[in-house]
Amino acid sequence: MKESGRKQGALSPCAACKLLRRRCAEDCVFAPYFPPDEPHKFASVHKVFGASNVNKMLQELPEHQRRDAVSSMVYEANARVRDPVYGCVGAISSLQQQIHSLQTQLAAAQAEVVHMRMRQFSSSSNTGGAMDMAVDQANMGESLWSC
Amino acid sequence: MASSSSYNCPCAACKFLRRKCMPGCIFAPYFPPEEPQKFANVHKIFGASNVTKLLNELLPHQREDAVNSLAYEAEARVRDPVYGCVGAISFLQRQVHRLQKELEAANADLIRYACNEVPTALPAPPGASSIESMAPRQRPVEYNRRMGNEGGYYQAPGMPMPYNLPWNDNPSGDTDGGGGNM
Repeated sequence: MKESGRKQGALSPCAACKLLRRRCAEDCVFAPYFPPDEPHKFASVHKVFGASNVNKMLQELPEHQRRDAVSSMVYEANARVRDPVYGCVGAISSLQQQIHSLQTQLAAAQAEVVHMRMRQFSSSSNTGGAMDMAVDQANMGESLWSC
Repeated sequence: MASSSSYNCPCAACKFLRRKCMPGCIFAPYFPPEEPQKFANVHKIFGASNVTKLLNELLPHQREDAVNSLAYEAEARVRDPVYGCVGAISFLQRQVHRLQKELEAANADLIRYACNEVPTALPAPPGASSIESMAPRQRPVEYNRRMGNEGGYYQAPGMPMPYNLPWNDNPSGDTDGGGGNM
C-alpha cells in the first residue's frame, strides 16, 4: 500500500526530487518521507549522507521500518550540520557523563538515607531498652525479697 | 595521529577506492591501512566525497575527532540500519530521566528525615530498575575523553538535551523536533 504522501505525486514532486531536480516517479522511494513542504529535512540528509546512500539504505529496509530510519537519519544529519566535528556522538558522550554524575549523586543520597534510617532506628531502640531494664530490675528485686 | 607512508602503503581509503594514495591525501592521517573496516563503514554510510567535503570545511586539528565520530556513527548505522546511534541516545536519555526520578525520591526522603518523618519505602539500590530499550544493540561508547566538551555545548548535568528525539513526543515519527530545529 502506498504511503499517503504520494497522493499528490503527479502534481508536486517530493522534497528530494525537487532538490535533485528530477522527475518524481510514482514509486519514488523518498516521496513518503520527504514531503515537499519540508525541504530542510532532505537538504540536511542529502548534505551529510548523500541521496544515493539514503536510497540504498532505504531499499535495504522493509517498508514498515523506513519511517523510523528516515527520522533517525534526519536527526543525525541535523546534529552533524550543527556540530560538524562531533555530530550526535557529542550528545552520547554528554549523556554518559550526565549518567555517571547522577549515579554518584544517587549513591551518596541513598547512603545518607540508609544512615538516617539507622540513626532513627537506633535512637528508638535505646529508648525502649531503658524502659525494659527498669521493669526487669523491679521484678528481680521483688523476687529476691520473696525468698 | 595515525599516518601512513603514502609512497609505500596506500591508506585504507585509497586502497578501498583503488586509487593512488598521493602525498597530502586528506584521508591518509585518519584511515590507516591496518583499519580497513573503518573506512569501509564510513564510505558505505556517508560516501567518500561527503567525507572529503566535511573534512575540508574543518580545521586540521578538528579532523581526527570528526573522523572518529563519523566512524562511530557509521558503525552504529551498519549494526542498526533503522536507528543507528540515535537508538543509543534514546536509551541514554531514558536512563538519565530514570536516575533523576530516583534522585528526587532519595532527596525527598532525606528532607522527610530532616523533618523527623519516616518514609514508607526503602530506597532501591542504584541500577536496580529495569532498563527499557527502544532499539536493539545499544552499547555504552568508550570514546575519546575530549568528546562532548567542544564549545561547551553539551555540558552541565541537568541541562536539557539540545535535540528532541522524534519518538519521545510524537509516536508517529515526525522529525520536526529533531536536531537543529531550535
